[in-house]
Amino acid sequence: MPPEAGVAGLPAARRRMPPWVATAALLLPSYAWLTLAVLLPLAAMFAFSFLHATPLGNKPVVWTLEQYRAFYDQPYLLGVAWASLSIGLWTTGICAVVGFAAALALVRATAGRARETLLILVLLPFWTNGLVRVFSWTMVIREGGFLDTFVRWFWPSAPSLGFLYTTPAIVLGLVHGYLPYMVLTCYIALLSIDEAVIEAAQSLGARWWTVLFKILVPLAAPGLVTGAILIFVPVIGAFMEPRILGGRVGVTMGTVIEDQFTQAFNWPLGSALAFTMLAVVLAVFATFSGVLRRSAAT
Amino acid sequence: MLKLTRRRTLAVMGAGLATLAGSRLLVGPARAADRITVLNWQGYGTDESWAVEAFTAETGIEVVHDYFNSEAEMLTKLRTNPGVYDVVLINSARSQQAAGEDLLTPLDLANFSNASGLAPALSDNAYLKTDGKLYGVSWVWGMNALAIRDGMDKPASYAALAAPDYQNKVALFDDAVTMIGIGAFLSGQDMNDPKDLDKVAEQLKAMKPNVKLLWSSEDQWNKAFSAGEFDLSVYWSGAAVRSQRKFKLPLHFVVPKEGAIGWLDSLSIPATSQNQDAAAKFINYMIDPKFYVEWATKVGAPASANEKAMEELPADDLNREIHKPEYIETMTLMAPLPDERRTAFNNLWQEVKAFYAA
Repeated sequence: MPPEAGVAGLPAARRRMPPWVATAALLLPSYAWLTLAVLLPLAAMFAFSFLHATPLGNKPVVWTLEQYRAFYDQPYLLGVAWASLSIGLWTTGICAVVGFAAALALVRATAGRARETLLILVLLPFWTNGLVRVFSWTMVIREGGFLDTFVRWFWPSAPSLGFLYTTPAIVLGLVHGYLPYMVLTCYIALLSIDEAVIEAAQSLGARWWTVLFKILVPLAAPGLVTGAILIFVPVIGAFMEPRILGGRVGVTMGTVIEDQFTQAFNWPLGSALAFTMLAVVLAVFATFSGVLRRSAAT
Repeated sequence: MLKLTRRRTLAVMGAGLATLAGSRLLVGPARAADRITVLNWQGYGTDESWAVEAFTAETGIEVVHDYFNSEAEMLTKLRTNPGVYDVVLINSARSQQAAGEDLLTPLDLANFSNASGLAPALSDNAYLKTDGKLYGVSWVWGMNALAIRDGMDKPASYAALAAPDYQNKVALFDDAVTMIGIGAFLSGQDMNDPKDLDKVAEQLKAMKPNVKLLWSSEDQWNKAFSAGEFDLSVYWSGAAVRSQRKFKLPLHFVVPKEGAIGWLDSLSIPATSQNQDAAAKFINYMIDPKFYVEWATKVGAPASANEKAMEELPADDLNREIHKPEYIETMTLMAPLPDERRTAFNNLWQEVKAFYAA
């Protein structure tokens, strides 16, 4: 066989492959993995949520809807859910303000090596274990901790500023953990804004707040929304930060659900609560996306 | 047709029996009679290497271990692996469940030479018995009661947890059974079966102004106590020994007048064990005062169910000071809980926690 035939044959074979094969081949690993590692366990948990008791040992399997009545049977859960939502809103709100400001500074006031260094500093928290981060906060903000020690260098008789075991402590820990998501999503959104738009506004006499609220925030809204979603969802399910930093006040849906799995061994109730929260989150997003689409249209 | 089916069935059964017998012959010699498998929590006495070596040197019986991470896992392993385990550690609140499923062998304490020293209240405990037969040899025990900072008055009752003297200075154990038990004590009810859960809730909710922290691990407790975050706490007796011995924390373990909430771990022999005699020898060694004193003084251990073993500890040993023999009589052991009651306890504790947080 002459060598030309092989060389000519190969591209011909490639051309014959329909494009969907390549697409499927590229998508298959990640979708197979998602099905196996996420959807199947999730489906199992969904099935669990209709059981009467954890199916272990020789207990009979009883199907029931009673787990979904938890919010009705145990009305205190409404208070817990509200506490979780408000922690989620506070955390997301603070992350949005602080993260947007940081991203703005990175995009508009830095360049080159300095910008790279600052970006890496933003990412640093990701490189340490979350539990270590949370525990280090307990040392800083407990009564007589580093914060108090520091203040008392300057003012020896200062009252204690320690606020460990309060809701602000939980929010502080969560903001610390999730801020980088917001900085990065806003950074990418701000980076894509055309400098000429801002210059045009300024040449027309726009002050800094007009530029900020009429141009930068609306144009960077996709980044803000993505960051908010990335933060809000894990935060309302968070259980480690509330437990360690919240002490007595650290009762959230996350800790209630965790207790059902680890302490009470009541998997059906735990999964029913988790899916109820999932429904609430989806409802919140459905509402929000409607509002956003309308504001984008006007 | 019927005949043929029956003949076929017989043939299959015969072949099955032959296979079984053959496998018994094959497996029998491979599985030496002088080797036992112990199922326990990891690092919980039975797997101390010096102890296992001493036991093997004395009896020629080899000891291997398998571990579980939860009591539910232990039961599952017993159910699904017949014949594999020879000794298993079971909490007294679970013994009846295991025995009720025919997973355990009935035992006679007369066959255990070291059993003479066992405290009768523990070795003869009703929770270790099913249908009048004993299914576990009581091994070690401990208590949940109060710990108070040195220099403060020792509380006479669990009511101190709600007393105004300790405003914002109390830590509670984040455990439904223990906390419902304390609420039941305070409302004059049976800790294991309180009939009026509303009264229990009332007692627990009254502690709100005092509650600073709900702890769930010893490490968390030690850090918060040494930082001075609380002075009075619900605490484990064994952890109180460790906090004083290892971390020199200034605390006293106090058993109030209502008595402590007790737990008891026992050693049992699975019904399917092939080496019951060797297993019994190992259990006898585990309740030997010689083993216990070494375990307690060199490594650290809960209190022994063997009173003779406790008496052989040095007089100033913290473990001995805290686990006084009279507490065995006054403490209330955690009972086996039916599922509905366990769920009710968990839901109530969850509600109380939400009340503390609000």
